[in-house]
Amino acid sequence: MTVSELQRERLAYKRFRSRRSTVVALLSTLVFAAVAYATVTGAPGWPRVRDSFFDVDVAWRALPAVLEGLWLNLRVLMVCGVLIVVLALGVAALRTLRGPVWFPVRALATGYVDLFRGMPLILTLYLVGFGLPALRLTGVPNDYVVLGGAALVLTYTAYVAEVFRAGIESVHPSQVAAARSLGLGPRRTLRLVVLPQAVRRVLPALLNDFVALQKDCGLISVLGAVDAVRAAQIEQARTFNFTPYVLAGLLFVLLAVPSARFADAMARRAERREGRR
Amino acid sequence: MTTPVLSVRNLVKRYGPHTVLDGVDLDVREHEVVALIGSSGSGKSTLLRCVNLLEELDDGQVLLDGVDVSDPRVDADVARRGMGIVFQAFNLFPHMSVLDNITLAPRVVHRVPRGEAERTALELLDRMGLADKARSYPDRLSGGQQQRVAIARSLAYSPRLLLLDEITSALDPELVGEVLALVRELAGQGRTILMATHEMGFARQVADRVCFLDGGRLIESGPPAQVLGEPEHERTRQFLRRIIEAGRL
Repeated sequence: MTVSELQRERLAYKRFRSRRSTVVALLSTLVFAAVAYATVTGAPGWPRVRDSFFDVDVAWRALPAVLEGLWLNLRVLMVCGVLIVVLALGVAALRTLRGPVWFPVRALATGYVDLFRGMPLILTLYLVGFGLPALRLTGVPNDYVVLGGAALVLTYTAYVAEVFRAGIESVHPSQVAAARSLGLGPRRTLRLVVLPQAVRRVLPALLNDFVALQKDCGLISVLGAVDAVRAAQIEQARTFNFTPYVLAGLLFVLLAVPSARFADAMARRAERREGRR
Repeated sequence: MTTPVLSVRNLVKRYGPHTVLDGVDLDVREHEVVALIGSSGSGKSTLLRCVNLLEELDDGQVLLDGVDVSDPRVDADVARRGMGIVFQAFNLFPHMSVLDNITLAPRVVHRVPRGEAERTALELLDRMGLADKARSYPDRLSGGQQQRVAIARSLAYSPRLLLLDEITSALDPELVGEVLALVRELAGQGRTILMATHEMGFARQVADRVCFLDGGRLIESGPPAQVLGEPEHERTRQFLRRIIEAGRL
């Protein structure tokens, strides 16, 4: 491959330009970091804040308890995540049913979504966590972890069902026509042709909801379950130092980063496979 | 001799290991209509996309009125204001009415006041017999109507050079005529046009010059009667024979 003198000069110019952008980005980042650092550490209350929020000793001593709490959060996350996906697919499928026979089912699914998408999660947690056991029905568990998980599933299923429904409705009708023309029934059309395309399309939104769920798992602490947030609270009450909260927050962030990168990777993979880009 | 509106010099474009354009030289003079012919994959579309700077060149130059617009120091957005391109698949914006599609560039890029831009757009639509469709949305129109709107969109800011990329290939046969009639009219008005086409009969009637591309090289170029009637090169002859066998000439 011979390259003309002109093209060599142009490539050199492009390389120069990209190097210049890198340097500019680096400089502006440094300046921004310096300003942020000076503003925070220069604040009159900084010494107090440093001692009560960023005490390494306190953090180290609180770590085992907070980690154990986080392990509970993780288990709740996994179980709830699976339940939410399965139930939400069901609700979304019910909402896309056509025909007057299905009106009650559709109405019920719509009512459910309206109710739990509109209700603040914290209220659902209180109602399910404290209200359900108060009924004293046999068979209703009174474990706060289970009840908290149930509240999360109720709320998130409503959200995720809407994401799935948007995906299902975004698949062009011609795809259904093609599947039906090959003799596939409505259910197999949905399962083999519509859903795979729908899920791929809404994957970024789903993973976004997954990260939100990850954080909201910390809310089961309001019922008294000893998760990472609750463990941090106990440590804080013992030491009168807020560092355990910062620690728990950092751990939640660390948990969210792999999910976010995974979401990006999945989106890229789908793009590559379908030949876009 | 005046500078050509478009000069392509030693244009090279590669996709990975595949060389799509392998050193193409081409001039288009003012008021000239040049047709690019060749089998699919010969590089016609890529050439047009490179001229419109939608693709980055791997070597060579694109000069517009003598100005090298392929230089990385030149703002491609500014350079493109002198050209209009019409795509095979129309590429109209489905969320905008016909009128908004046409007035978008004049209003946003060329800072023409909305009232004036809409007057110009309606005149264009009127000449194309589409005045009653101004408020419709693209998906409500037939393919032929959509493609005529796309042509109006690229004409709305009076570009020096019009690029047409196989604009009838996605149309039903009975709709091809209305679009070709429009192009014939534009050619008659003295517009400078570079078009890729599969319509040999049309190229023969309308083009001042026909260029045959094969394997990313410009094999043969000349008046339509000569290139399509008595081609000098064996590969041009083979290509035309295949076209005749397919009943397209």
